[in-house]
Amino acid sequence: MRLINRHPDRPSRLLLVILPFALVLLAYFLGSAERLTDNPNDKLLPSAVQMTDAVKRLAFVADSRTGEYLLWQDSASSLRRLAIGLGISALAGLCLGMAAGTLPLFGAPLSPLLTVLSMVPPLAILPILFIVFGLGELSKVMLIVIGITPALARDLEQRAREIPVELLIKAQTLGASTWTLMLRVVLPQLLPRLLISLRLMLGSAWLFLIAAEAIASTDGLGYRIFLVRRYLAMDVILPYVVWITLLAWLMDWGLKRLTQRAFPWYEGARA
Amino acid sequence: MSFITVKNVWQQYADQVVLEGLNLSVNEGEFCTLVGASGCGKSTFLRLLLGQEKASRGEILLDGQALASEPDSSRGVVFQRYSVFPHLTVLDNVALGLELPRSPLLGRLFGSAKKDAREQASGLLHKVGLGHSLDKYPAQLSGGMQQRLAIAQALIMKPRVLLLDEPFGALDPGIRKDMHHLLLELWRETQLTVFMVTHDLSEGFTLGTRLLVFDKVRVDPHAPGAYGARITYDIPLNSDRRANRAAVDALPAELAGTLRTA
Repeated sequence: MRLINRHPDRPSRLLLVILPFALVLLAYFLGSAERLTDNPNDKLLPSAVQMTDAVKRLAFVADSRTGEYLLWQDSASSLRRLAIGLGISALAGLCLGMAAGTLPLFGAPLSPLLTVLSMVPPLAILPILFIVFGLGELSKVMLIVIGITPALARDLEQRAREIPVELLIKAQTLGASTWTLMLRVVLPQLLPRLLISLRLMLGSAWLFLIAAEAIASTDGLGYRIFLVRRYLAMDVILPYVVWITLLAWLMDWGLKRLTQRAFPWYEGARA
Repeated sequence: MSFITVKNVWQQYADQVVLEGLNLSVNEGEFCTLVGASGCGKSTFLRLLLGQEKASRGEILLDGQALASEPDSSRGVVFQRYSVFPHLTVLDNVALGLELPRSPLLGRLFGSAKKDAREQASGLLHKVGLGHSLDKYPAQLSGGMQQRLAIAQALIMKPRVLLLDEPFGALDPGIRKDMHHLLLELWRETQLTVFMVTHDLSEGFTLGTRLLVFDKVRVDPHAPGAYGARITYDIPLNSDRRANRAAVDALPAELAGTLRTA
């Protein structure tokens, strides 16, 4: 049978899903064990025990200086920044994209502007953000907002243009004004797209968050990773990376479930 | 005076003439079927009637007034595809037409007004045979059911003109026949003036009280876009139905109204 026609059944699919993860872990722990037998003080590939100790220390023992549990405090600050940044971006991207994609008079000036803005590398203007907004929370949130809003807006503009013109005409024959047409026809059809766009943007959002935290912050997941880098504390860095990955994956999964739950018509209507 | 008057209408895109010198007068309640080869401007003419496009020359009068230059609730429309809103249930698709004009700020009604709108919509949906799928989304309906929904959606506005752009083009023959019955039934009950573009000549002959054939009279092989299509045949059809309607029209208005709703 040709390879293209062969499908895994349920158990073998599960096996195939787990396999690459298992292989990566195996390779890591083999390497780690080998290095640690050569040199018990090696810091580069810490063992599972060392990493568990580090996680216990950061997550379940209060920091002696501040009395905070560092992992949770870092997570809370990072997630708050991320949530505010993503929330503002989603709102701004939706408004801009909808206006540019639905109203030709708004699209004419907005569309080229958004295209150019989305080409500006956000990290290149991070210094400007620090200068303008200071080193506080605002500049970190702004980096996320500036980083992902243009791309979100462009995507939603495109989706808005893809709404068949027949539907827009039909809505007008049903007595819609421009405003109610956007509210009842365009907006609901763009919302599931917005969630999908956000999922695709999560990676960039985390990137900008960690970059901003690495440079100027006093807490946050990115801050912690870059702080302990000085001590080559791989036993902290690696669990933090795994934790960030897990959080990002959970957000992605949550958005996916939300799309399915809130917009049951969406999957079918696309076919 | 005729209901719709088309006076010397030309439609031209760049140097491509699509329609030339169109003159037509249509009485209220006529069922015009528009036939012709592909690309001969039937759908363009429909878009002009809809207000989606503006004629390059000439004018179209509706009841003696120039036609509004954008689509509005006086003219309902059913397209071949994409006529219904995928994000609304069957019931809301129809109720939307009642909500939009009454709520300019939010485009939706609440409380008893919403209940009324939904009841009215549900009544019409039962009539077109969709009473059992009020809570489904359009994607869960077959093609024929979707077009029934699109027709109900257009009729809830009580438009004076109904424009159909190959509404049954994608349906299989059996379903198409059912749709013809439904459409004629609705046409008899309302005072609708119908314009229907179709590729199916027999459909055009069965349904219409008037068949309009679009064709190019002049063709320049060196400049295919130089001349547009005209109405080459204007054939009165189904005289029995025309006569019925004329008879009803001749009655005093009050009596005629009761007959129509009966």
